[in-house]
Amino acid sequence: MRSVRALGAALALGVVTLAAGCGGGDDDGEGAPASGAEVTVQAANGAVTVPERPRRIVSLSPTHTESLFAIGAGPQVVAVDGYSTHPANAPRTKLSAFKPNAEAIIGYKPDLVVVSDDMDGIVKALAKLKVPVLLEPAAANLDEAYDEIGDLGLATGHAAEAKRVTDDMRARIRQTVAASPGGKGRSYYHELDNQLHTVTSKTFIGQVYGLFGLRNIADGADKATGGYPQLSREYLVKQDPDLLFLADTKCCGQNAAAIGKRPGWAALKAVERQGVIELDDDIASRWGPRLPEFVKAIGDAIQKPR
Amino acid sequence: MKPHGAHPRAARLRAVPLAVTVAALVVTLLGGLLVGAADLPAGGVLKALLDRVPFVRADSGLSAIEENVLFQLRVPRALMAALVGGMLAMAGAGYQGVFRNPLADPYLLGAAAGAGVGATLVIVLVPGDPAYGVPLAAFAGALLGVFLAYVLGRTAGQWNGAATLVLAGVAVSSFLAAVQTFLQQVKAEELQRIFSWILGGVGSADWRQLALVAPYALVSAVVLLAHGRLLDVLGVGDDEAASLGLSAPRVRMVVLVAASLATASAVAVSGLIGFVGIVVPHAVRRLAGGSYRIVLPLSLVGGAAFLELADLVARTVISPGELPLGVVTAFVGGPFFVAVLRASRRQVEA
Repeated sequence: MRSVRALGAALALGVVTLAAGCGGGDDDGEGAPASGAEVTVQAANGAVTVPERPRRIVSLSPTHTESLFAIGAGPQVVAVDGYSTHPANAPRTKLSAFKPNAEAIIGYKPDLVVVSDDMDGIVKALAKLKVPVLLEPAAANLDEAYDEIGDLGLATGHAAEAKRVTDDMRARIRQTVAASPGGKGRSYYHELDNQLHTVTSKTFIGQVYGLFGLRNIADGADKATGGYPQLSREYLVKQDPDLLFLADTKCCGQNAAAIGKRPGWAALKAVERQGVIELDDDIASRWGPRLPEFVKAIGDAIQKPR
Repeated sequence: MKPHGAHPRAARLRAVPLAVTVAALVVTLLGGLLVGAADLPAGGVLKALLDRVPFVRADSGLSAIEENVLFQLRVPRALMAALVGGMLAMAGAGYQGVFRNPLADPYLLGAAAGAGVGATLVIVLVPGDPAYGVPLAAFAGALLGVFLAYVLGRTAGQWNGAATLVLAGVAVSSFLAAVQTFLQQVKAEELQRIFSWILGGVGSADWRQLALVAPYALVSAVVLLAHGRLLDVLGVGDDEAASLGLSAPRVRMVVLVAASLATASAVAVSGLIGFVGIVVPHAVRRLAGGSYRIVLPLSLVGGAAFLELADLVARTVISPGELPLGVVTAFVGGPFFVAVLRASRRQVEA
């Protein structure tokens, strides 16, 4: 399914089907009325047919909410889930992405619903109600992240802006990586929560660090745990990584001072030499338009003289 | 299986079972101290430990980081595993004596569900991560759960002792489990933290945490061990106990409180670790007979050894990753439990 996606997205660009008598769709006619034309987008749940320029979009994914607003589809979004904290002007509601409720979603009369997880069979439930649903799951690598933004652009009538956004992301990421050559061989640990759940190099987040040539201390735990292991504390202290990235500053109130107080952590290199980087949990866990900010935080940490 | 509550005077702590359980504890503790994800040299660890003995000097040759790993992480963790295992097994034996049922479990009366609600409340409602917030809330929740079950059992019509209390425990547990599920729904993004607490573990043990629970553990251990003989008398029957001048309800009450205190202190620092409280007393009974004068102390030592071993497995099998300790005890405990049941059935049929 996933391997077909890139191809599918490329094909989909050519599958803008136009119903009888409709002129060519222009990309930037803000608020142009839907004229019965349709677009077909290849998502993880197959080929999805969406009315051209949907005007009542519901997003149940914080990442996709950011993307929709970044590509200029914000005015078409009528409701987003409770965790869609960015941008601030997104129409946040009590809708839940964890326990999605088809009736509550239908209440917003959506002509497009965007989700990143098919929780509780929500995709099928909405399909039964004839509401087009795009399932765009968590990206497995950078290309997929760009692809998904492209899909959203196509589905919402903002293909050109979507391409501008992804080109800009690529350029900024490339720039940051080029400016931070000192990462090769240095070791790092990326903390998801204070129970020492972390990521390995195989995961999306791990690949972002991989751009800099950083070495992930959790990779030894990859085989048994599939990318998101819970590390043994004594292993972490013994490894003594050069850089500690905290992606649990908001959820779990962690920061450099707090982890310095953990038993056995005060003597860690990273704690002694300001190698602890406090990330924004959201920026470090979403695969959307703010990715370059995450990359920049890593680049800055590498460039900082210690 | 030996009948529950053999004649009180028949009980003497024999040397062999005692030696076996103590040896098991010594071996597993050594294993817990020598083996771990950080790959410390065994000789260095032994020397470093000896160096801490007064008037003994030994140069361990460990680096500062390795010393740090050993004394800040591994030693408190090994001690915590032993403490929690001992508490749970002994509490299980105590409950089994009170309810005269070898399948009674330390979590029977709502201690687990109460602790779960306490821990979840802190994780969901308190921003950040207050130090010791979760253990303290779990401790209070466990005691509250048992207290609710007790009050409900006492006030729900006819008080006929054990059966009513167990039913009250079931009712309270179900209700508290619903409360916990509701709280989880409120903050779904904390599910992983709640879940990893529920699955149990002693991975976050440190000296302060040990100091936090040790007093409660000590008090409940002393009280439970002192009541072994009285539980044996209860096993014979309430009327016989009364004829010996023993107040059965009072003994039950004291043992329940002490066992609940032990359970609460274990749950507070380790989450929910199943099977220890059933498996260990059972094994002890098969090894040394059913008298509580023996079952209680041997469960304490055997439980410590059992959980030490389980934690060793938890932190080495997928090293440098960790398995939740509750998963390991269930893996061992489930099949063991079935084996014991089959063995006792065969004995009955024979």
